[in-house]
Amino acid sequence: MTQTLVDFDEALTRYEPVMGLEIHVELNTASKMFCGCATEFGADPNTQVCPVCLGLPGSLPVVNAKAVESAIRMGLALNCEIAEWCRFARKNYFYPDMPKNFQTSQYDEPIAFNGWLDVEVDGETYRIEIERAHMEEDTGKSLHVGGSTGRIHGADYSLLDYNRAGIPLIEIVTKTIEVPGDKAPAVARAYVNQVRDLMLALGVSDARMDQGSLRADVNLSLRPVGTTAFGTRSETKNVNSFRSVERAVRYEISRHAGILDAGGSVLQETRHFHEADGSTSAGREKSDADDYRYFPEPDLAPVAPSREWVEELRGTLPEPPTERRKRLQTEWGFTDLEMRDTIGAGALELVVATVEAGAAPASAKKWWLGELARRAKEDGVELDAMPITAVQVAELQGLIEAGRINDKIARQVIDGVLAGEGSPEAVVVGRGLEVVSDEGALSAAVDAAIAANPDVAQKVRDGKAAAAGALIGSVMKDMHGQADAGRVRELILEKLS
Amino acid sequence: MTDLTKATAAELSDLLANKEVTSREVTQAALDRIAAVDGEVHAFLHVANDAALADADAVDAARAAGEPLAALAGVPIAVKDALTTVGMPTTSGSRILEGWVPPYDATVVAKLKAARMPILGKTNMDEFAMGSSTEHSAYGPTRNPWNTNVIPGGSGGGSAAAVAAFEAPLAIGSDTGGSIRQPAAVTGTVGVKPTYGGVSRYGLIALASSLDQIGPVSRTVLDAALLHEVIGGHDPKDSTSLDKPATSFVAAAQRADLSGVRVGIVKELSGEGFDAGVKQRFEEAVALMTAAGADIVEVSCPSFVHALAAYYLVLPSEASSNLAKFDAMRFGLRVSPEGVSEPSAEQVMAATRDAGFGDEVKRRLILGTYALSSGYYDAYYGSAQKVRTLIAQDFDRVFADVDVLMSPTSPTPAWQLGAKLDDPMAMYLQDIATIPANLAGIPGISVPAGLSDGLPVGVQFLAPALADDRLYNAGAALERLLVEKWGTHLIGQAPELEVAR
Amino acid sequence: MSESSQITREEVAHVAHLARIELTEAELDHLRSDLDAILEHVKVVQSVVDADTPAMSHPIPVTNVFRLDLNVAGLTADEALAGAPESEEQRFLVPRILGED
Repeated sequence: MTQTLVDFDEALTRYEPVMGLEIHVELNTASKMFCGCATEFGADPNTQVCPVCLGLPGSLPVVNAKAVESAIRMGLALNCEIAEWCRFARKNYFYPDMPKNFQTSQYDEPIAFNGWLDVEVDGETYRIEIERAHMEEDTGKSLHVGGSTGRIHGADYSLLDYNRAGIPLIEIVTKTIEVPGDKAPAVARAYVNQVRDLMLALGVSDARMDQGSLRADVNLSLRPVGTTAFGTRSETKNVNSFRSVERAVRYEISRHAGILDAGGSVLQETRHFHEADGSTSAGREKSDADDYRYFPEPDLAPVAPSREWVEELRGTLPEPPTERRKRLQTEWGFTDLEMRDTIGAGALELVVATVEAGAAPASAKKWWLGELARRAKEDGVELDAMPITAVQVAELQGLIEAGRINDKIARQVIDGVLAGEGSPEAVVVGRGLEVVSDEGALSAAVDAAIAANPDVAQKVRDGKAAAAGALIGSVMKDMHGQADAGRVRELILEKLS
Repeated sequence: MTDLTKATAAELSDLLANKEVTSREVTQAALDRIAAVDGEVHAFLHVANDAALADADAVDAARAAGEPLAALAGVPIAVKDALTTVGMPTTSGSRILEGWVPPYDATVVAKLKAARMPILGKTNMDEFAMGSSTEHSAYGPTRNPWNTNVIPGGSGGGSAAAVAAFEAPLAIGSDTGGSIRQPAAVTGTVGVKPTYGGVSRYGLIALASSLDQIGPVSRTVLDAALLHEVIGGHDPKDSTSLDKPATSFVAAAQRADLSGVRVGIVKELSGEGFDAGVKQRFEEAVALMTAAGADIVEVSCPSFVHALAAYYLVLPSEASSNLAKFDAMRFGLRVSPEGVSEPSAEQVMAATRDAGFGDEVKRRLILGTYALSSGYYDAYYGSAQKVRTLIAQDFDRVFADVDVLMSPTSPTPAWQLGAKLDDPMAMYLQDIATIPANLAGIPGISVPAGLSDGLPVGVQFLAPALADDRLYNAGAALERLLVEKWGTHLIGQAPELEVAR
Repeated sequence: MSESSQITREEVAHVAHLARIELTEAELDHLRSDLDAILEHVKVVQSVVDADTPAMSHPIPVTNVFRLDLNVAGLTADEALAGAPESEEQRFLVPRILGED
């Protein structure tokens, strides 16, 4: 079925969006939610499993204390109330990636509820209200074999790896978000981004969208401008980058508007987001088969965090994001615009880490928002998914400041680091990129340039220092760029004075 | 000692400690008895001859070497097939698990091994412990050693029959609504359902998680106490396992003193629906206890009349979730639907669950799914969980005045095989007296009370949570009074089984 | 079907689907009448409790049972897969999964 899409801006003349965002955060605990199995990403299939997470008959779960602690800290950081008493519940449905055919989750008694998080978009602050944050467990992973696409449809059979089954998850659910339509995509993105930053600051998750340790679902509906009743919503699942969150919101607004304009009705269904063209496609329709038959998990004791414990955990919270941003801006001496650009590029934590590793804030920002952002965009990956670390960027800047490479060479060094050739130092050595500081060789190259460009040399002798640029260019070319341009200039001016 | 199979576990413990017999002799005697009579009784689904003898030899060697050993070291035991055992098939009486060999031991099994008790094999049971007759086993019924035309009770008919037929001195059972106590009553043996959380459930294939409890099956109250002390105690692998010191069950069984003990007769568990013979034995037991110094009072627990209804909602609901894992994906049976080419996982699940589960299991899974489903939860499951609170309140109230409660264990003696198979409600009514304890989490014991028309009947004692020791005291006291009266244990009056040649 | 039936045949079929049990027509009929009799008996629970009665999910009240976040050796892949009906590439092989999520 072809989709009639209405231009985003046009759609907003007639409709306003109502959003809800659900974020699943995989905790970085050493062991799983209900058993002692390891949680390492990328381990060989079915090597991090036991009777409990495989759901073998007779096995029983026991709650990981650290996961509860992380959930409470997360709830507090999201300005939530923490339940005085809550239970786990079983969410019953059959699916082969779920060993027990029920997910141990929380239903009407979440550990944290009624919170908020402020996000900033274009200098405006929007308060996102948090409905709840609850504890649950992840499912296994299936590999679909056969058929033409490797996708679930048309596969001949599936292969299941339960290493991920039972890894602790926190699901954070917002209340409905009603912001000006034109801001909705950016607000959604900023919220996910900020939750990610919060998880990193709390140290409770790797929060890697590319590895699935932070996954966002976008719920969206439209209603005619000026009305209050909610429309039917679609649920776009597992959107796996910040940019995709923004695109998914835009696309769904355009798609819903197309349906509504045509007098149709939006189906309540799950949808899949496609990275390649920013579109979504129908998943399964919600039906009355979604009867999860929740009931309190009899195998797990209720969780009743003492108020003392909650307060103790409150004391371990990192600085709230808004205050922290203000402090960083002051410390770094960034303008409002610079700060906004840094946050908007998803580079805040990268700049923080690069500064911690010894670089000046301006230099850190220059690399992350400049060359590295450009390359990330080219490769279609998130900035923090680039195979270069903050420590490496600081090292790169250090090499420049020490005069061992120049800005132009630095770009080749980045090539090397991204290609997996090791640290900047290792790339400089490995590729022989260090600038020539051998005065004899430099002097000879300068002499050759002067001899080859007598007219230019004369202009310099006549006092037109600006003309030296051409000679510097010639020397740099001769030296394959591996010279300190400042020293070359000095030599030229010395020789032609 | 002429016949080691007739000895109690306590006697065997002494004989072994005094090196008058070896564990190999005791274990071999049990295995020989199994070989001789189990064709008739069918108490076992799996007999572990070699492993049991190897364990027996190992414990004999340890004893010879002077290693410190547990009281029951060397005493063989049978284990209900609902508990996982490394190296032994574990089916829970179901076709869906046929041939499955678990990669881990249940905590109770690990404790038996640590106590150096040779495991004779796995005993028959109603499929997934759903039943009161062991006729719902996918592997054929167990027969009552007292009369092989009648049922041995259930779900743990295999464990009770094994002990009653002298195939094992001890067995492990599990009790969700009476599955240890009712078989004990109808086979003339002793069965204890401990306080919920008193014995680890880790490795017990769950029927209803909030009701299930593993417990001892034996021929005497003291033997049950000895076994309870082996299997009880806190287990960090079971979140519902209680972190409380175990009281001394053996000491209580040895005390067996009724003087000053206040015993409540539950009005609601002794009237309508209870056989005349059952009531008669019960009244005789009450009279004996009164004479022995017990202070008997009648108490009322009005909510008990709704216990069966609540039970048949809570159990199927939890079971429908617990048994969802039997889906043909990771272990067990896999059946493809007929006439479907390239069936989907969903179709294979549904076909396997149809083929692999028996009628009673399907009945309860569908009932439980219904009771939890959207629109019915509050009316059924939710209300049933509230009835549990009322029942617990009844117990709290009466236990403020009495030390233990007393009732017949089961309303009737054993019935003919097949007699109640077509009437689920009639079968369910057999658990009317045992169910309240499971709903409230409190402990109960069944001790033999005599015969009715030649078949055993039992008396049940109930105690407050964590006061299991009171059961052993009262149970052992009644047992002693009855043995004095009869000159033997009830089981000593059982007719000889025809021994296979 | 009795006049005061508690559950319809369609409901039994729906619930059987939720429970992933394929039933024959005969089984459906038989189960409907069994369930009817059972529900007739158990429905009493609705009338004996009220909104204020607390529901009991756990018979013995215990809270905060946690374990430390430590790794404990589990099963090897071979042990994990030993009971699998089919396996391939160290994974559990299952029939094609209908496209849900």
